[in-house]
Amino acid sequence: MANEVCLRTLDLERPWLIEQYQSRGGYEVLKKILSEKTAPEAIIEEVKKSGLRGRGGAGFPTGLKWSFISRNAPGQKYVVCNSDEGEPGTFKDRDILRYNPHQLIEGMVIAGYAIGATCGYNYIRGEFWEPYERFEQALEEAREAGFLGEDILGSGFDFQLHTHLGAGAYICGEETALLESIEGKKGQPRYKPPFPAHFGLYGCPTIINNTESLASIPMIMEQGGEWFADIGVKNSGGPKLFSISGNINNPGVFEIPMGTPFSELLAMAGGMKDGRKIKAVIPGGSSAPVIPGEQMMELNMDYDSIAGAGSMLGSGAVIVLDDTNCMVKILERMSYFYHEESCGQCTPCREGTGWLYRIVHRIETGQGRQEDLDLLDDVADKIAGKTICALGDAAAMPVQGMLRHFRHEFQYHIDHKRCMVGVG
Amino acid sequence: MTDSTVTIEVDGRTLEAKAGTMLIDVTDAAGITIPRFCYHKKLSVAANCRMCLVEVEKVPKPLPACATPVTDGMKVYTRSPKALAAQKGTMEFLLINHPLDCPICDQGGECELQDVAIGYGRDVSRYSEGKRVVADKNIGPLIATDMTRCIHCTRCVRFGEEIAGIREMGATGRGEHMVIGTYIEKSVDSELSGNVIDLCPVGALTSKPFRFNARAWELTQVEGVAPHDSIGSNLNLHLRGNQVMRVHPRDNESINESWISDRDRFSYEGLYSSDRLTSPMIKKSGEWMEVNWEMALEMAAAGLGEIKEQDQVGALLSPTATLEELYLAQKLIRGLGSNSIDSRLRQGDFRLDAGLKQASWLGLKISDIDSLDAALVVGGNLRKEQPILAHRLRKAALAGAAVHFITPLQLELNYESRQSIATPAEMVKRLAAVAKAAGVKGSGSLAALLNAAEADEFAETAAASLKQGDASAVVLGAMAQSHPDYSLLYALAAGLAGACGAKVSVLPEAGNSVGAQLAGAVPHLLPGGKSAQSAGPDALSMLKLPRKGYLLLGVEPGVDFHNPALSQSALQSADMVVALSAYRTPELEACCDILLPMAIFSETSGTYVNAEGVWQRTRGAVKPQGEARPGWKILRVLGNLLNQQGFDYTDPDEIGEELHALCNGASLDNRPVEGLDLEPKLGRDGLQRGGDTPLYASDPLVRRAAALQQTKDAGQGVMRLHPKEAERQGLNSAENAVIRQNGYQATLPVTLDEAIPEGCVWISTGLRSTSMLGQPFGEVTVEKA
Amino acid sequence: MTTTTAKETSELFTPEIRAEIDRWIAKYPAEWKQSAVMGALMIVQESNGGWLTTELMDQVAAYLDMPPIAVYEVATFYSMFELKPVGRNKICVCTNVSCMTNKSDLIVEHLEKKLGIGFGEVTEDGRFSLKEVECLGACGGAPMMQIGKQYYENLTPEIVDAILEGLE
Repeated sequence: MANEVCLRTLDLERPWLIEQYQSRGGYEVLKKILSEKTAPEAIIEEVKKSGLRGRGGAGFPTGLKWSFISRNAPGQKYVVCNSDEGEPGTFKDRDILRYNPHQLIEGMVIAGYAIGATCGYNYIRGEFWEPYERFEQALEEAREAGFLGEDILGSGFDFQLHTHLGAGAYICGEETALLESIEGKKGQPRYKPPFPAHFGLYGCPTIINNTESLASIPMIMEQGGEWFADIGVKNSGGPKLFSISGNINNPGVFEIPMGTPFSELLAMAGGMKDGRKIKAVIPGGSSAPVIPGEQMMELNMDYDSIAGAGSMLGSGAVIVLDDTNCMVKILERMSYFYHEESCGQCTPCREGTGWLYRIVHRIETGQGRQEDLDLLDDVADKIAGKTICALGDAAAMPVQGMLRHFRHEFQYHIDHKRCMVGVG
Repeated sequence: MTDSTVTIEVDGRTLEAKAGTMLIDVTDAAGITIPRFCYHKKLSVAANCRMCLVEVEKVPKPLPACATPVTDGMKVYTRSPKALAAQKGTMEFLLINHPLDCPICDQGGECELQDVAIGYGRDVSRYSEGKRVVADKNIGPLIATDMTRCIHCTRCVRFGEEIAGIREMGATGRGEHMVIGTYIEKSVDSELSGNVIDLCPVGALTSKPFRFNARAWELTQVEGVAPHDSIGSNLNLHLRGNQVMRVHPRDNESINESWISDRDRFSYEGLYSSDRLTSPMIKKSGEWMEVNWEMALEMAAAGLGEIKEQDQVGALLSPTATLEELYLAQKLIRGLGSNSIDSRLRQGDFRLDAGLKQASWLGLKISDIDSLDAALVVGGNLRKEQPILAHRLRKAALAGAAVHFITPLQLELNYESRQSIATPAEMVKRLAAVAKAAGVKGSGSLAALLNAAEADEFAETAAASLKQGDASAVVLGAMAQSHPDYSLLYALAAGLAGACGAKVSVLPEAGNSVGAQLAGAVPHLLPGGKSAQSAGPDALSMLKLPRKGYLLLGVEPGVDFHNPALSQSALQSADMVVALSAYRTPELEACCDILLPMAIFSETSGTYVNAEGVWQRTRGAVKPQGEARPGWKILRVLGNLLNQQGFDYTDPDEIGEELHALCNGASLDNRPVEGLDLEPKLGRDGLQRGGDTPLYASDPLVRRAAALQQTKDAGQGVMRLHPKEAERQGLNSAENAVIRQNGYQATLPVTLDEAIPEGCVWISTGLRSTSMLGQPFGEVTVEKA
Repeated sequence: MTTTTAKETSELFTPEIRAEIDRWIAKYPAEWKQSAVMGALMIVQESNGGWLTTELMDQVAAYLDMPPIAVYEVATFYSMFELKPVGRNKICVCTNVSCMTNKSDLIVEHLEKKLGIGFGEVTEDGRFSLKEVECLGACGGAPMMQIGKQYYENLTPEIVDAILEGLE
């Protein structure tokens, strides 16, 4: 059972066209909701039942998030879609935008109806030009067909949907940074509380959901929350898109039930390239702590299973590394990333991410000192949990994970001023 | 959010607070120290420095006290192992890229980072990489930058946006490369800019004039009051030995809050100008010579005493002088049988005096400006007249107040408002239109004006907003008061305010403009603010009909007067001019016979009565320079030499107390003036001149503050006019123009400026370069030079 | 003669460009014109050969009623804005983990050698510039690069050669 929700049109030719989407029953559930005037509470209830958790990485229950919006509060409310896909290893939302944009549109309209919002923005990262054009084309088609705009299908419900293009900043994937960015500012996360449900875009109540989360909504509404929940396992409802990349034969995006064994996913992805040994897996985007290969082969792809191994499912971005990889070098590259992408607003992240990178860089280039491993641990610990947003944690966790499982490699670098990989 | 009180526990102490208050405000009030850098009580919460992280029971992560609202039963630990670990972690991060240049840093000794590092830092850095270096940009003559020291607390950025109302500083770049600054080489032009020096917790932003001149621990601090505008901002003067090294604000929530204007902060530089008058001088056969005090005073007393005719000794007194000086000067002159006394040197129309029975004033408390619902400002460029008042009005505007302006030039404002831009003559009509819209009828010539006025949409909106507001005001600014039809503007404003239930607010010009009225330093009021039986001639009349003798106190011919050219010619024609002055200038030397060196600003004790009538006393902080003496002492001796009664003071306090007793029962009142029939004086024909006094041209001290004089707000001796008007006048490609006004003439550079209404050219007063011309408003002709 | 009137808009700030910016402005609430700043900067950057000048940023600021510093903040925060001249073809190579483990270093090396420039540099003829970028969300096609608006995936030195050949 694969590609049943977000990728359900993938087998069609030019699946992004509205007629293709409609050929699979697209927009039917929106029509039903609008004609039957389904109670918004019932929609939120259904989403809660589905067990859908935020697909952007944080895994917060989507239905619960929606229920925080006070539907009857006066004034504008917004639905915002987070298509600022940038967590290294993640490339699933790009496929939704490219191949099934209408399902996202339908999901956003339903979300707007459920929370009483008449306007939405889809924040697409600026580099995603092709997905942006596909989505814009889909918006045109949907407007033309009357699924967007004023008085949708004669229901009296209005919903305007626009694209906002990013311009290159990983931090805008953080929901409040994303809102700041739409407001024409630097993408610097806001201190919370207040949460976007109360003070969001332009100060109005706002829900922000990941592309995959919102694109899952039409199927949840069509087939029912229980159907969706039953695809997955306990605490991990539904299928999920996994972006799998690294040293494998057939990297790509696979929509499979939550709880699928990692080994099956790896097999779907063609197994290890050149028949090499699996050394390690980063199971949920680069901020997820690394898990040694053998251990990973025993795990299932769901929130609890991965968390049980001390990591996280995150955005479902699986980076598979074979035994030719030097883990110091991998961490150096990841630390460089967080150093580059820190917004600079709060002290521990602004100063600490650079420090982390420089220590790892020192070790990688044979300049490491004995005390560096403890220092790395300590600096990571001083960042984690002390920052305005989760980027600080995201920078600290890979360090902590690497030292937990591959400390010996780091030690070897320090002791021998070179890498142990390939040294017998 | 509710108003309910909650009980919390901090480090075992039980505290009560309003629910929703930020934890740091509660602990600050209770005297519990939590270290912080980005938090400032007057700025929005940024929560970015992470120094105030504390442990809260049942919360896994440490929380920033500045952004954590208190809730009932909350248990907080500010110095638990977890809290301290978080605070020390932040400290270490802040220090890794901070230079270790404390020995050469101007902030050394008063640096928040240094202070907190002592409590929360390590002895040895574990960071062995190179530190971040930031290239500095020149951001103008007031603020020195050393951005390598910046810890990115963003207080300066938030100040610009939230208080100064212009975003000049920002945080560009991201991550470790984020830089606080202007990005481009650009001067920071806000009239409140210097406050970022105080806000900056480190030595990144320091005072440029003060730079490298003293160390914090060498300085002693004494209290002071700023004399320049009518707010009377509270100051801390920082002294080394006998020198004022710098000026900081002293918190006073009801006056200047935590801020001071740049004028109040940097004007002290004028104390050390090279043209200080340091010895008594007399003019003998056209030559100036230094003499001793005895001789100078005797000659002054003899010269003034000789003039026996009624009202023939005129006293022209600076409204920035102390209350004691103003009081003694008028006492001396009245003792000589003259009522020719005035301190309203820039006022353009005194027809009201006949009906003014009380001192006019701000009309409301300074702090009440914050909560105005509506204001109509007539002829007032508040930001460039009274910066702190402008800040308070902006607060009101941001809170929703409707602010309207009737103004002779387009103003650069930092909030939503509406401006009705009119030529000076047209201003009266515009105000009449608002009054008409509010239903004001009036009588006599006022009725004619009101009848002729057309209540347009602006007038209707402005009138409606004044009526709707629970607290509203019609404010008469400096350009209204220097207007030749100020009396009409006042009458219309008073009528309008009456019809709308609004206050009339006359913005006093200087630090003692209200005090001068209470001291009797105006022709129509006696000490105690009591109405004079027969009003003497006002400042303008005293010059139009020159006196035989004059006593000048802290004023300079040509730059401190409504009609600069007239002020010089009238004074030059007098037989005897005695000036008490801190400075010697060519203009003073040309006009005067005797120059008596006077202490100024921090050199003398004295009282200031601010715009709302608050008496604020200051002590002399440093010794006067050279032979200079406090003005009250000079006047006391002159009184003695002229054998006047009641000049035997030994202490300035006695003078202040004497006047204070006289003021018992005195009230400040901006009531409508009855029974005046006023015709407009300012003609509508021909090309008109408009003129203001630039912010840093207001008084002798400021005009000598070197750093302020390098800023935009020092003003320029140019003629500004609208490009279309320039075309009409054949000046659109002219470098210079000849301006003729009432027989006066000047050649000035031409500047095209769309802020000036057509039909008008703009030439500022208060500048030596324009002092050969006449009054700021009136008919002129121009031609290409 | 000095003039203090509003700055003349440069030739680059054409009516067409303004119309394009207006399309962005129309997406947002009327009082939030500044939401269009990223869109506007992209438009003027593209019209100016791929980079922003202070003058252009000032014009965007004036057009959107923003303080210039707020525009500088945005332009210096987002990595797709360029504040120095770039090549007609800006080659952005991802070197993040998935690309790195799929030998992006060979791609970088090849490009550097072929073009004779390093990251942050422009070829003398102005045809190419090279930029190291963070994950572009195409890890399934690692190693990958972006030139202009186009993604190129599953790169080998030979494929890179063919791509560059087809570019002006």
